[in-house]
Amino acid sequence: MSILFLSLKSLRSRLFPVSLCVISLAISVALFLGVERIRQGAEDGFTNTLSKTDLIVGARGGPLQLLLYSVFHIGNPINNIRYDSYQRYVNNRMIDWTIPFSLGDSYKGHRVVGTTEDFFEHYRYRGDSSLTLEKGKRFEGIFDVVLGNEVAKKFGHKVGDSITLAHGLNSMSQMQHKNTPFKVVGILTPTQTPVDKAVYVSLYGIEAMHIGWESGTPDEGKLVNPDKLNKEDINFSQISSFLVGAKSRIHTLRLRSMVAQDSEEPLMAIIPGLVLQQLWQLLSHIESVLKLISYCVLGIGLLGITITLYTSLQERRREMAILRSLGVGPFKITALLLTEAFSVVFLGSLIGLGLLYLCLKILGPYLESEFSIYLTGKIIMTSDLYVLLSVCAAGLIAGLIPALKASYQSIRDGLTTSA
Amino acid sequence: MSNALHVIEINELSFSYDAQKEILRIPHFKLEQSEKCFLYGPSGHGKSTLLNLITGVLPQDKGSLKVLGCDFLTTSGAKKNNLRGQKIGYIFQNFNLIPYLSVKENILLPARLFGRSQSWVDSQKECDELMEKLGMTEFADIKPAQLSLGQQQRIAQARALIGKPELIVADEPTSSLDEKNTAEFMKLLIDSCEKKDLSLLFVSHDLRLEKYFDKSLSLKNINEVQA
Repeated sequence: MSILFLSLKSLRSRLFPVSLCVISLAISVALFLGVERIRQGAEDGFTNTLSKTDLIVGARGGPLQLLLYSVFHIGNPINNIRYDSYQRYVNNRMIDWTIPFSLGDSYKGHRVVGTTEDFFEHYRYRGDSSLTLEKGKRFEGIFDVVLGNEVAKKFGHKVGDSITLAHGLNSMSQMQHKNTPFKVVGILTPTQTPVDKAVYVSLYGIEAMHIGWESGTPDEGKLVNPDKLNKEDINFSQISSFLVGAKSRIHTLRLRSMVAQDSEEPLMAIIPGLVLQQLWQLLSHIESVLKLISYCVLGIGLLGITITLYTSLQERRREMAILRSLGVGPFKITALLLTEAFSVVFLGSLIGLGLLYLCLKILGPYLESEFSIYLTGKIIMTSDLYVLLSVCAAGLIAGLIPALKASYQSIRDGLTTSA
Repeated sequence: MSNALHVIEINELSFSYDAQKEILRIPHFKLEQSEKCFLYGPSGHGKSTLLNLITGVLPQDKGSLKVLGCDFLTTSGAKKNNLRGQKIGYIFQNFNLIPYLSVKENILLPARLFGRSQSWVDSQKECDELMEKLGMTEFADIKPAQLSLGQQQRIAQARALIGKPELIVADEPTSSLDEKNTAEFMKLLIDSCEKKDLSLLFVSHDLRLEKYFDKSLSLKNINEVQA
């Protein structure tokens, strides 16, 4: 008790350097935990871009590529799937639902995704979040379009606006589907996923705007008059990929091998969670760099304690001699310095933790909307406790050098200090 | 035990930091209970070494040294620390006080650390009395740095005296004080030691202080190693 009393009094007398030490350690701890949180948040945000989908089916190729163009709107499908193949799977008894995607067009640099009602019905992200409309309704007519939130915001579109989609994904030198303008009927609520960055039309819309484009360029004579077109007139030929929800988890693997062995068309099915995880692994060196940096930051914070205590020892020789004369042994001198180090680390860690929670509370929503870093809402985590304990233990080690030095010094000096 | 006749008893004590150079060799020295001994010791005669040995801070190597009934040759460092904390009051030449503790906290420190054979409440009561006697009551809560040297030494004396120590060791406590403060300090010290029936070993190079003591010795005479 008397050691604690002395060390706290001693720390208080050096309020300024000690506060600096505490603050620097608090920042270190907050950064250390913050980096880990952001990393975790980024991973969660990333791997939860798509959820509840058991399989993604597409033309045979690279699994990563299939994932990228189906979910992240990056890259292009090399091959499409015949619509009748898709129909075979829609009717499969092991399959609960499907969401078809037909890709290949764009709107001012944003992907146009042809899909069906099922998209609104079954698409899930981040656990069990489903898509909702911020304004308007789902597409019904052939030339209805629903905008992702970011697209709507970026171009200031409102429900009722008329937009022209472009043929192909290259935003430069592209041909516009001028004869088939689309009407904005709905705007999705923000999801913080790639869903926000695309526009959605029905499969009818995709087929309709390509009538007369069979050669790859518009054939003036064959172009349709949108007003005279009925859904019954439209035949689906192909889609790019489709998402599958299996009736039960057990069916997923069977479906996957069934797709892989499809005798009619070379197809491939991937388990999105698995491939997302693989993709994240590719980015893991960034993760290690982040970790390394946060370890360095923490190390420097702890080193600060060693330095502060160590540099104070010379001027504290007198104090040690007095304590020795009062019966305090070298062991207790060590304990005194260790208690000081520990108090600084403990206080610094607590403040750091508080700082982190405050920052997460304030910055969390911003990080979520700007960077899709989803901080899971759980601000306080039990793992923090382990980090805190480790930091306190590390603080004791940081204090050990000055503590042993003080003890050694006090043995050598005894009651006499020439200083 | 502590009721032995001799508070300090030295027989053929010798000490050297390294084998070549002996610093101290004292054939015989005794301090009896309630005795107040003046030890004349200009620097360079092994004064610091002797005080470090007597207080048990420095481990003894040759000969016999008994303090307060404790044979230091066979006593562990921890026990010696304990003995010093409990029963020996030590006064330095100057800078006696812990800078980050208030006057009151400084005086109470031995009681806080080792109890000094009385309850905390009694110690606090005694501290208040000591401060009053020293005329320091109004300074109870200030830091030592704000006090004059004379005041600081008086606080140091109060700290050495608090509780029930049996031996006071003073290492030139008046050397940085002027005549008036020295006289005051000495009067208070002798008076308190007599009242508490304490033994006092007072080392100084100021022979004018000799008059306050029962016995006067010169370190030069008791230490056979010459500077």
